[in-house]
This record gives sequence, C-alpha cells and structure tokens, in this order.
Amino acid sequence: MSSLPYPSHADQRRTLLASALIGIGCMAAVDEIIFHQLLAWHHFVDRDTAFALASDGVLHAIELVLLVVGFFMMIELHGAGRQAPGYRGPGFLLGAGGFQVFDGVVDHKILRLHQVRYVDDLWLYDIAWIGFGVIVLAIGWLLLRRARRGHAASQR
Amino acid sequence: MFLPNVAQWLALLAATLYLTGVWRTRHAGKPWSPWRSACFIVGTITLTVAFAAPVNAFAHHDLRGHMLQHLLVGMFAPLGLVFGAPMSLLLRNLAPTRARATVTLLGSVPVRIVSHPLSAALLDIGGMYLLYLTPLYTQSIATPWLHHVIHLHFVISGCLFSWAIAGPDPAPHRPHWRTRLGVLILGIATHATLGKLMYAWLLPAGTGASPGEIQAAAQWMYYGGDLAELLLLVALMQQWLRGRQSDARGKPLPAG
Repeated sequence: MSSLPYPSHADQRRTLLASALIGIGCMAAVDEIIFHQLLAWHHFVDRDTAFALASDGVLHAIELVLLVVGFFMMIELHGAGRQAPGYRGPGFLLGAGGFQVFDGVVDHKILRLHQVRYVDDLWLYDIAWIGFGVIVLAIGWLLLRRARRGHAASQR
Repeated sequence: MFLPNVAQWLALLAATLYLTGVWRTRHAGKPWSPWRSACFIVGTITLTVAFAAPVNAFAHHDLRGHMLQHLLVGMFAPLGLVFGAPMSLLLRNLAPTRARATVTLLGSVPVRIVSHPLSAALLDIGGMYLLYLTPLYTQSIATPWLHHVIHLHFVISGCLFSWAIAGPDPAPHRPHWRTRLGVLILGIATHATLGKLMYAWLLPAGTGASPGEIQAAAQWMYYGGDLAELLLLVALMQQWLRGRQSDARGKPLPAG
C-alpha cells in the first residue's frame, strides 16, 4: 500500500493541524450536544453579563469555523494524496484534549463563564473534566512521539 | 383560492426573469449549471413561503413566527438567490457594451464600499442589533410601511453579505479569502451574541410576549442563524479548496 512517496515534513504538520482543528470542533460539538442538549447541565445562558454573552458568541463562532476549516484542509490533503499516516490520530486527540483542558481551566475557572454542573462538590466534576482532557492530551502526545519515530500503525 | 401578495408577486417575477435568462442562454448554446437554477428557484420559493398567509399570521401574533419569517427572508432566501448567480446570468444575456458598463458599475467606488464584507456585515447584522435592541421592533409592528421597509432591508443586506463573503457572481476587487473568513467569524460571533442577549435580557422589549416566547424566538435565531452561516462557510471553503486544487495543477481558476 505504500506506493505513495513518504510524506514530507510540511505534509505531516498540515495533517497534524487539520486533524487537531477537527478534534477541537468535535469536542466543542460533544459539549454542545451532550452537556447542553441531552444532560442539560449547561444552559443556553449561564451568566447574563454582556462580556460573558459576547465571549460565548466568539468561542462558538471560532469552534464552528475550526471544524469546517479542518475538514476542508483534510479533503485537500486527501485529494492530493499528501495525508501523513500516523498523524491524524494524535492530531485529533491533541486538539480534543487541548480544547477540553482549555475549556475546563480558562472558561470555567479563570473567566468563570459557566461551570460543569451546578451542584455541591463541583471540584469533583472539575477534576473529572480537566483530568479527562489531560489523559486525552497525553495519549495524543504519546501517539505523536511514535509517529515521529516512524512507528505509526499505518492509517493508509 | 391562492392569491399572491406583493412580496410573492415580486418573487414570482424574479423567478420568471431568471428562467427566461436561463432559457435564452441555453438556447444560444451556452452552458448554465442546473444547480445554479435550482439554487435561485429555491431562494424564490423560500421567499414565497416566508410571506405566505399562515406564516404572516403566525408572525403577527407570535415572536417565534416573526423569527421564522426573519430567518427565511434575511438568511436562507438570500443564500439561494446569491448562489443562483443572477448577475452572471444577466451578463451573459446583455449586449457586450451593456455588459461592460454593468461590470464597470460593479467595480465603481460606491458599490465597492457597500459590498465590502465589513460594510455588508454591518448593514446586515448591525441592522438586526438596531431592530431588536431598540424600540424599532415595536415601532415596526405598529407601522406597516416600516415593517415592509425592514423586510426589504434584510433581503437586500442578506444578499449583499452572502455575495460579499462567498457569492459566485463577479466581484471585482474582492478581498482575500482570509479577510472574508475573518469577517464571517465576526458575523457568526455577533449573531450568536445577539441571540444570547435577546434570551438573557428578554429583548425585544415592549412586545407583550411572554419570557418563554422571547427565549424560544432567541434560540430559533441562534440555531437557525448557525445553519445559514454554516452553509455560507462551506461555500467559502469550497472556493478555497478549488483555488488550492487549481494552484496545485498549475492552472488558473476557471472564469465565473
């Protein structure tokens, strides 16, 4: 199956970036679908200051755009036969985990836009939320190291 | 019996003119994509539905109805109309001198200013802020002519915004796609923020609508707007992809 030339360094970086964008977008979609719509732990509006509402709007726009841009970058790489095998998985996990940690630390704790759930013992939810993100990030990082050493389980 | 109102007659007229243009183009042996025709016809049908008697009635006594009408008129119909490429069709049906004059007009300074993505966004989304955050909305309910002017404004500014971001029609001096993507992000963000503001602060004020009704309308605006903006985003990225693929093959972009 490896009749295609070995992907260049630039192709590896683009594959990693495209899949990271998709990972961020998918994690944001999980947040919207599971925690907003299905569990209703999160609300359409949590804090009604103009700043909180505007930062919600900006984050939402960026998430939507990253997902679509990531997909189109991937389509382009695929069409040109330049997708680097072994870099899609780590890219996706690094994007997804990175978003989860960012959401848990910056949105929830620093900006205090909203919380994971409005209950006592919130810290348990915070640890689960951020801890999950860190684990996903760590797996992504390990897979990336393997891919860099050329040990990737081929995805072609 | 079904009797069209003025808005529906206008939509019907636009569809007739467009189809006449397509017929003439194909009759002259020139190609015209059926997808373009389908887009434009869907756009005119969307307008016809948006101004149908039941929707009008729903919009009159319920804020959700108003929002449905607003989404159809200001966001979804313009997508269809713009991606039907009516200006390209017009240019193919004009005599060369008139076509050149039209292109010159499209490249003139006033058109360039108004059709810059930023000014188009300001007209379209700025108009929404003005409508829902000020007493303009309650005024428009009480004043029929103002109501019609506002609808007209949103059809035109919606078309302008879609065209400025990713329209297939010729746009001399169109900014780089990065600029257009940036403005689109700004547009999605401000539209989403407006939806949340209306939900949190129960706007527009003074309509007599219950909080539940206002919040439902705000959510319709948020998610409906998302869908329309997603379609526009996909169209913009599709152009980007075609450009990249043409670059890779070392060929210039096909005209049109």
